[in-house]
Amino acid sequence: MEHNKFATKIGVQEFNFYYGNFQALRDVNISIPENQITSIIGPSGCGKSTFLRSFNRMNDLIPTVKTTGKITLDQYDIKELDPVELRKIIGMVFQRPNPFPKSIFDNIAFGPRVHGINNKQVLSDIVEKSLRQAALWDEVKDDLNKSGLALSGGQQQRLCIARALAVEPEVILMDEPASALDPVATLKIEDLIQQLKEKYTIVIVTHNMQQAARASDFTLFFNMAEDRAGYLVESGDTIKIFTNPKEELTEQYISGRFG
Amino acid sequence: MIAKEIEIKTESVEMNTDIKHRKRIGKLFLILIIIATLIGLVMLTVLLVDIAVKGADWLSPQLFTNYHSRKPEKAGMKSAIVGSIIVMGLTGLFSFPIGVGAALYLEEYAEKNLLTRFINININNLAGVPSIVYGMLGLVVFGRMFGAFSADSWLVTTFNLPIGETALGGLEFDLFGLSFLHLKFPFGRSLLAGALTMTLLILPVVIISSREAIRAVPNSIRLASYGLGATKWQTISRQVLPIAMPGILTGIILALSRAIGETAPLIIMGAFTYVPFLPESVWDQFTVMPIQIYNWITLPQEDYRIHLAAAGILVLLAVLLSFNAIAVFVRKKLEIKW
Amino acid sequence: MKTRKRTRFYSEKFISAILFACGIFSVLITIGIIFSLFSEAVQFFLRPEVSLLKFFTGTTWRPLASKVSPDNFGVLPLITGTVMIALISASIAVPLGLGSAIFLSEYASERLRSVLKPLTEILAGIPSVVYGYFAISFITPLIQTIFETWLGIDVSFFNALSASIVLAVMIIPTVASISEDAIRSVPQSLRAGAYSLGATRFEVITKVILPAALSGILAAFILAISRAVGETMAVTIAAGATPRVTFNPLESVQTMTAFIVQVSFGDAPSGSINGQSIFAVGATLFLMTFIMNVISDLIMNKFREVYE
Repeated sequence: MEHNKFATKIGVQEFNFYYGNFQALRDVNISIPENQITSIIGPSGCGKSTFLRSFNRMNDLIPTVKTTGKITLDQYDIKELDPVELRKIIGMVFQRPNPFPKSIFDNIAFGPRVHGINNKQVLSDIVEKSLRQAALWDEVKDDLNKSGLALSGGQQQRLCIARALAVEPEVILMDEPASALDPVATLKIEDLIQQLKEKYTIVIVTHNMQQAARASDFTLFFNMAEDRAGYLVESGDTIKIFTNPKEELTEQYISGRFG
Repeated sequence: MIAKEIEIKTESVEMNTDIKHRKRIGKLFLILIIIATLIGLVMLTVLLVDIAVKGADWLSPQLFTNYHSRKPEKAGMKSAIVGSIIVMGLTGLFSFPIGVGAALYLEEYAEKNLLTRFINININNLAGVPSIVYGMLGLVVFGRMFGAFSADSWLVTTFNLPIGETALGGLEFDLFGLSFLHLKFPFGRSLLAGALTMTLLILPVVIISSREAIRAVPNSIRLASYGLGATKWQTISRQVLPIAMPGILTGIILALSRAIGETAPLIIMGAFTYVPFLPESVWDQFTVMPIQIYNWITLPQEDYRIHLAAAGILVLLAVLLSFNAIAVFVRKKLEIKW
Repeated sequence: MKTRKRTRFYSEKFISAILFACGIFSVLITIGIIFSLFSEAVQFFLRPEVSLLKFFTGTTWRPLASKVSPDNFGVLPLITGTVMIALISASIAVPLGLGSAIFLSEYASERLRSVLKPLTEILAGIPSVVYGYFAISFITPLIQTIFETWLGIDVSFFNALSASIVLAVMIIPTVASISEDAIRSVPQSLRAGAYSLGATRFEVITKVILPAALSGILAAFILAISRAVGETMAVTIAAGATPRVTFNPLESVQTMTAFIVQVSFGDAPSGSINGQSIFAVGATLFLMTFIMNVISDLIMNKFREVYE
């Protein structure tokens, strides 16, 4: 399904996902638009996070995983890219903030260091740039040697976002990034995501429908079939999905009648 | 508001993903740690092969039927084998009630107070004390009993005890006048002293493993029992203990299998190396397999220090292996899987 | 009905008292150890032929010398023998044990792990006297070949290196087990974060996991040294009976434990100076291992606090 207005950043064709013998995702076909915020919504257990993790091949770390179909990044089949390379281009922010037990500086510098940058000045610049982009610079600039774990929950999540930005990805995946945070921190994160859309393609899994409705441009609605496999019910511009959905199921989910 | 804060100062930096190089380092690392994992196993194999090669020819029935002798062709470890068996039997007998009792107390009765924490820390510490220290403990407490039965001790002079004539003194009598309850104090270099020493050695391990077995019993069983009006001890003795027993037994058997190979504590507390007779009572002198093996290792003749020692080790390892096999058998056959 | 209740009440109390006694018994053991070691050690130090200061600072240990003087009762040779062997064996065991732990927890499949782990545990189950035999039967000739025949360096038959090598093999399972626990305690979320940034497995392990597991690994290292210090038979058989202050592992030395064994084989009467000297040495040994175990435990507790 080609997207008319925007270029396709990530294409998914006939994608099926299995944990061993259990099918978690069935026949997914979708294009993720470039430089837009795409949200993935749906009831618990319908495979949203599994789908998200397939983009940066984090599922490869689980031994019993099998997939069929194709996922492309620009024109590359992601199966043909080295996962190490792929993950530099597609970054990820997790549900619970997971800063390393290192200083703020070392948390952010970890990615660039691993990818070959050792010059102190360059690293310093990267750290500052990433922290500014993540709207955290002013709060931590006085002590970058402080442990990442000493920050508040909201700050830790912004630290993780800065860490992901430091390797200069093109796509950022977010798995319910604000669900573990308080409302004030959540708002800050949402503002931040809006700013990031300028430079990055963002795909965000969320349980919070209001968040999806107000913050994203494009929405995918997944549901769980009777055999517990997840499938794509409907996709489209967020405004259309929330005001005038094509599928009855979508309408029911959005109006809170299940999930 | 946030838009103004973001000032992108630097140009995009070229990040060199020299993936091939990074992966090569990863492969080298993998090779190194595989070697690390295998070195221990290689050593084990070399050890077993070395011992088998040097000792297999000397495995013969006389190892079991003869005592140690000055002629290698006639030497055997009969007294050591019997000594080991008796010591282990007694050790198991002594450590079972105390160890399981302590485990039951800690798991079922003890409250979470300072004393309990102290006991816990203490047991963990005891498990890490070198075995030779237990030998010294046994020597003083059981072997000599602090010298309480020597001629000039406070105990003897105050109560005017009828001690023996020798320099060591010592008190002997029949408890309740029964001849088979003949007691000797101090325990000296006897089987009894040795077994008690080994009991103290394995007690921490027995307590720890028994606790695990007791903890593994689902709490729902206890609740069901209490719900039917049973008392605490009834619940423990009729429900918890039977269910935990396979695990407890496995733990004790494994602890005993470790104890069979222990040499130092028994040497220190006074086991002999040359015992040309079989012990007839717990008060007799004794030796055990590892001490006999050590003795042979230190003899100058090659037949002893290389061959007979290896043969003795093979016997010892065979006994160890069977103990472990029994433990595994007990666990597999009797344990209930929840 | 009422008398049954009462007897049951008292029998329950009685049983709980017995079980409490069993629990307290373990404390008695500790008291017994401390009391027996230190009471005899104190008697040793009270002797005029012995000086406490010279015991800990003197570098000559000749308890059987004809001249019985405090100069011949300096315990440092035994301590250096013990410590040198413990450090060498820990230096060998820790890399090997740690490497094994990394392989088993981060690379190996469950099936491979279920085979390799029990095999490694067997190493810990082999009695010390067997390791002693292996040391002089195989390792020592090997060392002699390497050093004397190939390198032209003198090696005495009884040497510290041979004992250290077999000791290392003996304690590898302990190091591996504790390190593996530490590595597994590092939360999966940290690994996921590191992989998602495009790090290779080697980089995730060396730059994220090992630093995070470091204090657990340190506790394993200290515990390894403590176990090596307390080891008896292997070092008694392989390292020798020559107390000397040296850092050359190719020489013959005597450890504290080996000395205690040596005296126990002789017929030193209980009140004699040698009979008592083993308690002074034993008390020193006990203190050393006790302190190391406590430090290791403290580090481990702090480590667990972070991750649980």
